[in-house]
Amino acid sequence: MVAAAPSVKRRTSPALAAVLVLIALAIIWELVKLVFRLDSRTLPHLWDILAALGEPSRRNGPPLIAVLLEAAVFTAQGAVVGFAIGAVIGFVLGTVFAHVPILERSLVPYVVASQTVPILAIAPMVVIWLQGSWWSVPVIAAYLTFFPVTINTLRGMKSPDPRAIELMRSYAASTWETLWKLRFPAALPAIFTALKISATSSVVGAIIAELPVGVQRGLGGAILNFNQYYITGPQRLWAAIAVAALVGIVFFAVVSLVERAALRNIVR
Amino acid sequence: MTPVVSLTNVNKIFSGGGRPQTVALKDINLCVEPREFISLIGPSGCGKSTLLRVIGDLVTVSSGEVLVNGKSAHEARIKREYGMVFQSPVLFEWRTVLHNVELPLEIMGVPKAERTRRAREMLKLVELHGFERHYPWQLSGGMQQRVAIARALAFSPKLLLMDEPFGALDELTRERMNAELLRIWQETQTTVIFVTHSIPEAVFLSTRVVVMSARPGRITEIVPIDLPYPRNVETRESPRFFELVTHVREALRRGEEMGA
Ligand SMILES: Nc1ncnc2c1ncn2[C@@H]1O[C@H](COP(=O)(O)OP(=O)(O)OP(=O)(O)O)[C@@H](O)[C@H]1O
Ligand SMILES: [Mg+2]
Repeated sequence: MVAAAPSVKRRTSPALAAVLVLIALAIIWELVKLVFRLDSRTLPHLWDILAALGEPSRRNGPPLIAVLLEAAVFTAQGAVVGFAIGAVIGFVLGTVFAHVPILERSLVPYVVASQTVPILAIAPMVVIWLQGSWWSVPVIAAYLTFFPVTINTLRGMKSPDPRAIELMRSYAASTWETLWKLRFPAALPAIFTALKISATSSVVGAIIAELPVGVQRGLGGAILNFNQYYITGPQRLWAAIAVAALVGIVFFAVVSLVERAALRNIVR
Repeated sequence: MTPVVSLTNVNKIFSGGGRPQTVALKDINLCVEPREFISLIGPSGCGKSTLLRVIGDLVTVSSGEVLVNGKSAHEARIKREYGMVFQSPVLFEWRTVLHNVELPLEIMGVPKAERTRRAREMLKLVELHGFERHYPWQLSGGMQQRVAIARALAFSPKLLLMDEPFGALDELTRERMNAELLRIWQETQTTVIFVTHSIPEAVFLSTRVVVMSARPGRITEIVPIDLPYPRNVETRESPRFFELVTHVREALRRGEEMGA
């Protein structure tokens, strides 16, 4: 038998690398604060932010970390549902465009245009249309999610070698078989790239969506709230931002894991 | 016996897109009998690939008649009567070698157990047993091309269409692949139409060599190859082999002068 995979240089584990980067960022943070003589209102000490997580956010309330995590779970729900809706819409649109050139030519410009409209302008409209229901959160998250998936699905579905398409034709394969046995697997790497981008933007979408709805339970509400009390407790807003970033990172990591499992046999 | 391929007054003109017209095929007449091994040879752009694709119903003719096993080329394609091998292996990188060979059988609805059995048999035929679970990127170019041949043979097509399948291989590997292809051709009783740029390859493999010339693409001569079987390394060193190689070379040159 021949050797399995071509030998790869030993790499540092991603977890270790992440920790190292985190430490480096922390050092840069404190250095910036020191060098530019920033007061704690402009840039609180990292340890103050960490300490704030343990303290109650209101008198006699639960610690800030509990409040933020609850809000994160709430926001994550909206983001996940929006991500799923956006991914499905993006996949379907991309697949249809790849098969029907006339639709691709006539509709893709509008898909692109949809993304040039700032989400902040769209969000209040969606909220009004959906009468302030929770569904405006996933809908706005989906609005940010579907675009990269559409474009990359389209590109990926059109990526196979024309010979491979001819090969399927020589087997008298149906369009459907060519889709599932050739175009879809060929498109998977591009689709996953889009899903990773979408995973993080769905979180951004969900947070932004919460602002005009006045949903208090999510991270959007928390950010808005701590914004108002920034003068008295800047570290709480920073803590909320950190938790929001964490949600995005977790989303990204989950999609990356699924990707790794799905594409483990494809060398790129 | 009905011929495997019968071409009558076939013309193919590429036009449109604002580009000037190209007469890719002009008045092609050719009849291929069962069990023949036909090589198409000619200068680049003379329409060899186009001719192969016309037979495979991958392009439609502008005029003339194309019959494959007595049916229209379209019907023959729908009935899956030919296997195709390109210059590049065109393997699906996400499938193992075994699953690549199973691909046509999958599409044709062959049950799982049967298609695994067939695919293994074909891999044995191209001497790749033991590599079933490898991925294409783990194989050399020559091995990948053998997988492509196994895939084309997996559903026992009556006709094998090959477009410069060994064009990317080094000389010695190419000669070894030639010998293997000849053995496979004899074992499987298929008819082969084979495009090549190599005169020795065409002479070594074929029952007849079809010489084409360019602008417009047409057949200028058909050279029957009377080398005895089995053909092997000695065949390549026999005087008759050199005579035939010279003959084909001169035919190619004459074709070019006619075109100029
Ligand atoms: N799809 C197409 N559209 C327009 N012109 C084409 C198309 N396919 C082939 N041609 C033209 O037809 C002619 C014959 O092409 P073909 O590919 O059959 O040549 P060939 O003999 O296979 O050449 P080579 O040896 O380089 O592979 C060329 O002039 C080519 O430019
Ligand atoms: Mg060619």
